[in-house]
Amino acid sequence: MIKVIVVGNGMVGYKFCEKFIAKTGQENYQITVFGEEPRRAYDRVHLSEYFAGKTADDLSMSTSSWYDENNIILNTSELVLKIDKENKSITTHLDKVYEYDYLVLATGSSAFVPPIKGVEKEGVFVYRTIEDLDAIMSYAKKIKQNGATEAAVLGGGLLGLEAAKAVRDLGLNPHVVEFAPRLMPRQLDKGASDMLQSKIEELNIGIHLNKATQYIEGENSIKGMMFANDELLKVDMLVISAGIKPRDELARVSGLVVGERGGVLVDNTMQTSDPYIYAIGEVALYNQMIYGLVAPGYEMADVAAEQILGSDKTMRETIDMSTQLKLIGVEVASFGDPFIENDEVVAIVYENKFSGIYKRINVTKDGKTLLGGILVGDSSDYNGLFQIYSNAMALPPNPEDLILGSRGGESSTMGSAMDLPDTAVICSCENVTKGSICCSITDGACESLSDVVKLTKATSGCGGCKPMVVDLVKAAQKSIGKEVKESICEHFHYTRQELFDIVKINKYTNFYEVVDHHGNGDGCEVCKPVVASIFSSIYNDTANKHVTTQDTNDRYLANIQRNGTYSVVPRIAGGEITPEKLIVIGEVAKEFNLYTKITGAQRVDLFGAHLGDLPKIWKILIDNGFESGHAYGKSLRAVKSCVGNAWCRYGMDDSTTFAIELENRYRGIRSPHKLKGGVSACIRECAEARGKDFGVIAVEGGWNLYICGNGGANPKHAVLLAEQIDKETVFKYMDRFLMYYIRTAGPLVRTSTWLEKLDGGLDYLKEVIIHDRIGICEALESEMESLVGTFECEWKQVLEKPRLMKRFNHFVNSDEKDENIEYVPLRDQKMPKPW
Amino acid sequence: MENILNEYQSVAVEAVKVWFKAGTLKDFPSNRGGCIKYKNKQIAVFNFERRNEWYACQNACPHKMEMVLSRGMTGSADGVPKIACPMHKKTFSLVDGSNLNGEEYSIATYPVKVVDGEVFVGFLD
Repeated sequence: MIKVIVVGNGMVGYKFCEKFIAKTGQENYQITVFGEEPRRAYDRVHLSEYFAGKTADDLSMSTSSWYDENNIILNTSELVLKIDKENKSITTHLDKVYEYDYLVLATGSSAFVPPIKGVEKEGVFVYRTIEDLDAIMSYAKKIKQNGATEAAVLGGGLLGLEAAKAVRDLGLNPHVVEFAPRLMPRQLDKGASDMLQSKIEELNIGIHLNKATQYIEGENSIKGMMFANDELLKVDMLVISAGIKPRDELARVSGLVVGERGGVLVDNTMQTSDPYIYAIGEVALYNQMIYGLVAPGYEMADVAAEQILGSDKTMRETIDMSTQLKLIGVEVASFGDPFIENDEVVAIVYENKFSGIYKRINVTKDGKTLLGGILVGDSSDYNGLFQIYSNAMALPPNPEDLILGSRGGESSTMGSAMDLPDTAVICSCENVTKGSICCSITDGACESLSDVVKLTKATSGCGGCKPMVVDLVKAAQKSIGKEVKESICEHFHYTRQELFDIVKINKYTNFYEVVDHHGNGDGCEVCKPVVASIFSSIYNDTANKHVTTQDTNDRYLANIQRNGTYSVVPRIAGGEITPEKLIVIGEVAKEFNLYTKITGAQRVDLFGAHLGDLPKIWKILIDNGFESGHAYGKSLRAVKSCVGNAWCRYGMDDSTTFAIELENRYRGIRSPHKLKGGVSACIRECAEARGKDFGVIAVEGGWNLYICGNGGANPKHAVLLAEQIDKETVFKYMDRFLMYYIRTAGPLVRTSTWLEKLDGGLDYLKEVIIHDRIGICEALESEMESLVGTFECEWKQVLEKPRLMKRFNHFVNSDEKDENIEYVPLRDQKMPKPW
Repeated sequence: MENILNEYQSVAVEAVKVWFKAGTLKDFPSNRGGCIKYKNKQIAVFNFERRNEWYACQNACPHKMEMVLSRGMTGSADGVPKIACPMHKKTFSLVDGSNLNGEEYSIATYPVKVVDGEVFVGFLD
């Protein structure tokens, strides 16, 4: 075995491993990775999402078993102290010696801390690792309790602005302090910076440009920052995010050549001054530059892997520094050379202070070539512009059309993604071309977008290319004649959403009306329940009204189990139940000999009820104040809650009451799939609300509302829709969210999948249900109001009408029960005889 | 449990020896099923009112041998009337009992006739 040691377990070190093991010939190599941090490699690009509730695990680049599965030895919490180049070995802080054939340095960088007097004071942090973030969080909490409100971020670059958002998320007023006369000085010109500044200031984030900090004020802990003009900015916390410093100390002590201002010198094969040692990522000094972006780091990882395996792949001469991102809700992008100014170049600038948009493109004087540009406030043109720039494509006759849109009635100036050459790089993080995306579909290797993502890894880096990848996949599917439309079944060539509108507009109330006018045949087990559920969602019909077209569970208002018997789940809203009611459940279970089990939704499930016993069981339950729990329906199941501040010493609000209110509000409403909710009274999240379709968590100053999570086969955390809102607003957003989901989702599509497929994703959803962008909020609310106001317990309906009870007889011509049902003992209860 | 299945063999209408009176029209809901007991057999009877047709088949699902087919949902596939089992959504032709999901097991079907508002199912004995 040839031994490869990777020092550093960050994003680039991880990417090296991932690329290496995917290459041919790697079987003869053993990779060993050393990381000084206790964690596996995690995604630093999205670090600020840690504040928005993502966990360290969410940010992790791989699963805990990934290294094992791929035969890579991972040594975390082990710091490499020295390289012995002569004997090709390393020594770690545990005094262990490991030999290598090839060594890859991926030690990354640390935060650059400017030499300002007093930076060692308490309350001054850097913004780099999860541990840094934890420290910032707990400090912010502490000073807030003492009444502090202001905090500063040193550095107005990309990371600095991210840090400012994080500080704001922690409930402090951020002040961004920048030495240069503009924000993001590496990416933006003055005009763009001004526009960004005014947009950010609208969000109550202070911007202080041209400020040289003299010293940090305060005894032991920071109380302020003193600027060169004797101006004092009073703050109780400072987060430094003023750039990066390559972690080249290991290279230095080991005698590798390093640059004057740091960084391990590499050539275009990523080789250092020692032929067996490579350096990649933010520690590598290439072209006299340290590249703090992910994409060049990933490319370096690929080059080093290829080189070690004997290929002659080299790094590109010029490295593209184009970026597109969203900073504190403002879209910002720059590509190519954003600043270029000389006799051969003209800049076309569009500035709209009203809508906060700034666009600049740099074009050669002959109007033929795009050299670079900047977008602030609206970066939707970025992908198109970047492709034109990087493929040196021809420009339209009036180059200004590129940022203004064509104003002569013609359609898109950018052309479609399909017009790009096959060699065009669509995903620059993973270096995936248009050709490889389209071919994966046309040659049959992939069928869907998710297949393509799995195979090519496109979109898995920064995700900025996703819209283009989606377009390409759709176009490629179309080119091979694949029907992309998701019609329900052979009887209806419509999607559920179209069918919903058809029923609503024509006021249909009967399945056969719908199939006769808009479909064909007699329907089936797929379309019948869809239409029945649409009727329920529009008219709040209970399942009793459409018995013929309901699925079995809805038809018998119970869940069919393995042996054809049913289970019974009464509603226990919020999981709160009196001892008297618990006893009733126990008595019923005893009388009808039912197996009982506590469910995951804080209810009690009674199994093994004969069809014919269901009405008798429900008679007792309803007489004792229970109602249907709709465990059988594609509808709200339960809203789980923690006990809340009524009892819990940590609770910040009354979660149980809120859960009961939510459950009672939405009970019985039919939806495309089941719905589950949760309410937690503090961020300890005992109700597991973020694993539900909707989750509410009490925070200081209100409730955070999360949506579209689920457990099941593909667990997904719910995402934050709105924070620190009051109960009334929670109900308002919930009404709109649920109704919009009910209107537009496909059959049996849970909220998480629905959101994944929703064009524009969470941002678009927020526009629709918070900012009312498409003007439907009033309609959504009134539709929900009519459903909420007309709830009826469907089991009560059955018991009141003997006609409805007939369907619960097993035989038409006999009162006997099904005699084929057999049981075997299970602990102190019973279970069906196995198949 | 396979012996349950041996109880059920399709019956052609010309081979019927016994027409068993299963009930009257109002005993059978429209466009769905009802289960009848005949000797030791359970038979699902479907009043496919939309097509103005009646069908009958074994009530046992041939997949897991549970007595549930009468509780399934009726429908059609390419114009052929069918029943979907409520347990795992296996579908069977109501005309000849064949499996419409391309699997092996099929179901036995029985002739039905309606005379003067009374419903009869045909058996061999």
